[in-house]
Amino acid sequence: MSKRNEKTPFIRISKRYAMSKPKMFAIRIAAFVLALAIGGLIFGMLGANPINTYIVMIQGSLGKASGVKQVIKNGVPLLTVALALAPCFKMKYWNIGAEGQITIGAICCSYFALYWVNKLPGASLLIVMGIVSIIGGGIWAAIPALFKTKYNTNETLFTLMMNYIAIGIAAWLCGGPWEGKPGSQIVPMFSEKAVLPKLGGVHIGWVFALVLVILMYVYMTYSKQGYQIAVLGESENTARYAGMNVSMIIIRTAFISGALSGFAGFMVASGTDMTLFSNVANNVGFTAITVCWLAQLNPFVMVVIAALISILTKGSSVLQTQMAIPSTISSIITGVILLCLLGCEFFINYEISFRKKGEN
Amino acid sequence: MGTLIGFIKAAVLNGVPIMFGTSGEILTEKSGNMNLGLEGLMYMGGAFGLIAAFLYSNSASNPSAVACIVIALIASFVAGMLGALIFSFLTISLRANQNVTGLALTIFGTAVGQFACEFLRVKNGSYISVSNEMKSAFINPVMPEFLQKIPVLGDILFSYNVFVYIGIIIVIGMHFFMNNTKRGLYLRAVGESPAVADAAGIDVEKYKYLATMIGGGISAIGGMVSIMTLSGCVWSKEGLAGTGWISVALVIFCLWKPLNSIWGSVLFGGLLIAYIRVPLTFIPTQIYKIVPYVVTIVVLILVSIRQKKENQPPAALGVPYFREDR
Repeated sequence: MSKRNEKTPFIRISKRYAMSKPKMFAIRIAAFVLALAIGGLIFGMLGANPINTYIVMIQGSLGKASGVKQVIKNGVPLLTVALALAPCFKMKYWNIGAEGQITIGAICCSYFALYWVNKLPGASLLIVMGIVSIIGGGIWAAIPALFKTKYNTNETLFTLMMNYIAIGIAAWLCGGPWEGKPGSQIVPMFSEKAVLPKLGGVHIGWVFALVLVILMYVYMTYSKQGYQIAVLGESENTARYAGMNVSMIIIRTAFISGALSGFAGFMVASGTDMTLFSNVANNVGFTAITVCWLAQLNPFVMVVIAALISILTKGSSVLQTQMAIPSTISSIITGVILLCLLGCEFFINYEISFRKKGEN
Repeated sequence: MGTLIGFIKAAVLNGVPIMFGTSGEILTEKSGNMNLGLEGLMYMGGAFGLIAAFLYSNSASNPSAVACIVIALIASFVAGMLGALIFSFLTISLRANQNVTGLALTIFGTAVGQFACEFLRVKNGSYISVSNEMKSAFINPVMPEFLQKIPVLGDILFSYNVFVYIGIIIVIGMHFFMNNTKRGLYLRAVGESPAVADAAGIDVEKYKYLATMIGGGISAIGGMVSIMTLSGCVWSKEGLAGTGWISVALVIFCLWKPLNSIWGSVLFGGLLIAYIRVPLTFIPTQIYKIVPYVVTIVVLILVSIRQKKENQPPAALGVPYFREDR
């Protein structure tokens, strides 16, 4: 014991209090480049030229109008759900049930798309579909929050298990009560009235998503509720001493989060799929977690990250057809980027100093 | 009677992957680390266990079944350890948030497992698998004939493949380690109160690293067992999906006690296959399939309502420890 403490440790770590914005930016960019380099290394190991592979990916996703449209189509739910998760994560409430909340939103709007087509005139059908998806997703997300506030039930696992339940319900509906042709296991296509109109070649959802970016930014930075969420995230006790109704804030925030995810489900079902699939969420709920975190909960940065990941996804689907590299490579690279960026925060928050020569 | 025994046997076989997953995660959580990347680790274990067995049985001139099993075990364990090393490095050394790092590891690990198997399948031109002889080595009972022949008990206790017994040995060993050895006590001290452990001269970082990595390795073996025994030595994403998450949830159900994972995993193994074994015509299959997840939620709620003192998680679970932050 005594021997160990004779010398100054070789490496010392201390908290850093301030770092200039450009330096922070540079560190994050460096981490991102490192992640792309690791991705390149993987391509190299598979026997492909890394630079060519990245070029093929960019050409495949941004080189053609159809590619760009696909990127936007994939990016809309990703961005919306990332926005939905931001208040939860700010509150340090680990909602990883977006997958299920998307599915429930899609289920709710599909009911009206299938059975109320002739009862609701004109655009009112779409409006009702949007509203029920918001309510459905919100309630689905509020259930775990209710138990969290009442019994302190672990919300991470609760929300996660709710995913499997929601997807199970959707699978049952697709193969059972809502099945189109008997034996097809598929819900019939929505009538045209229940499909989101197009704007600029892509369904109008992208406009909604961009509006939501601004709304969420205002909500998080300038509203009283956003402030409550921030305080609660930093310290529950502080929030309580300040007289905030902690339970109410948690349930309300979870509801808002689920509501937006449910709305994303509506956009996918009505705008992209034009029917209900049991895998309507298609892992967006999980990928959005990374988008949200990579953007450091900043709505404007989320637009960039969601676009980036969407480009990566589309690009790697081109790799699959052109170079026989399975498209799951996009998830690997996403994972590597996320891990690198998580790691680089350390160099922003801490200072490392080495033992100097002559120092004991 | 026959169907009941059949159901119990199937429950045990389907529960083994969860038993590995849960016991590994218990070891990890005892050190105060909550690794939510288990799903990813189990994918990696499943993929690399399968790939290693495939490469061995295709390249060796006279492949031996025992060697094939050992290679699959080692490959999956090492894959899990490396995955857990990423998690450890980020959360222990670089102090990243455990929840997000775990989720990132899940995304990364599931993709790596899926990718590796798909890539080899494309390259190989057909599904990667092992010879029938090797396949049967993975699933055949290992206990001596006379034990298997005992009526009822022989079926319920001695009719399983080798991994059931390996899993039980690991769990019992872990129980013994945690409760009867000095190092086990140190490990628990690290998870309960790292500051106190540090002051007592215990190397907190070393214990956290080792527990997380060995725990990750054990969990990853579960992925391999699932692929090699339940999915017939062929990569099956559907077969693995969710196993890791159920394992994480089961840790709470087991109240952080390794021995509980034996019966807990059998229970959940039973729930997972009940829709095949005990068909109830009035419940649609798809709804029946979500029962294990509903039960998991009910368990989560019940455990959180009945907060007994001895049933609590390690006090410092999920809380990062930095000596100079105090």
